Amino acid sequence: MTPMWYIVLATVLFSIGAVGVLIRRNAIVLFMCIELMLNAANLALVTFSRINGTLDGQIMAFFAMVVAAAEVVIGLAIIMLIFRTRRSASVDDANLLKY
Amino acid sequence: MTVSDVLLTAVGLVAVGAALAVVMTEHLVRAGLWLVVTLGAIAVEFLLLRAEFAAWVQVLIYVGAVVVLLLFAVMLTRAPIGPSPDLDRPLGPALLVGAGTGLGLSTLFVWVFADRQVAVPETGSAQRLGEAIFADWVLPFEVLSVLLLAALIGAIVLSRREGAS
Repeated sequence: MTPMWYIVLATVLFSIGAVGVLIRRNAIVLFMCIELMLNAANLALVTFSRINGTLDGQIMAFFAMVVAAAEVVIGLAIIMLIFRTRRSASVDDANLLKY
Repeated sequence: MTVSDVLLTAVGLVAVGAALAVVMTEHLVRAGLWLVVTLGAIAVEFLLLRAEFAAWVQVLIYVGAVVVLLLFAVMLTRAPIGPSPDLDRPLGPALLVGAGTGLGLSTLFVWVFADRQVAVPETGSAQRLGEAIFADWVLPFEVLSVLLLAALIGAIVLSRREGAS
């Protein structure tokens, strides 16, 4: 079996994450779906690294993981702030820039 | 079929099934726990691709830190622990977009990489990745540390209560 199947798996996971972002309304589940898409992209990067026989893709995946960690911290802080002012974690309620 | 092929198929099926459960389940906490299964399965795929360092970083950062943060957020937003049926966006258009994305990306990548010969894999051990990062990728690495510092300060500023000294 070629590394192609890893790419197919990554695209399937990415599509599931995209569908999740489109159908869920809770901000935290939305976050989980975004993590799913980021992980699918990381899997594709590591597979490209395997296809090319170099380590560059793995290093990029490592950097993407660190950026994702920073993104989660900021995103959850924003979700908490919205929850504190609007008493709701649904993305449909976050429709104002200033309350 | 070699051992790694069987493992790829089995772990891939686990990852896809758990990802579907993350998207479809009505329990918020269960979605987080299914996410752990998906991320763990992807870590096993990294090991199968001989990216040891990426696999362990995945376990440490995602399974260890990100999921814990998400579960903390579930608790802090006082989300209902029971089922919360908030799947009330229409499923049809989303499925259309998802299928389009998946089919498009798959065809593109299969078309681009189908006839590539696979080079001899380099094992991504921590030592080799460290040598590569500190030889060729020093500048992105340092920029990343500044980004982490900015995220740290930003999170503190965001979550500070108004008027607190």
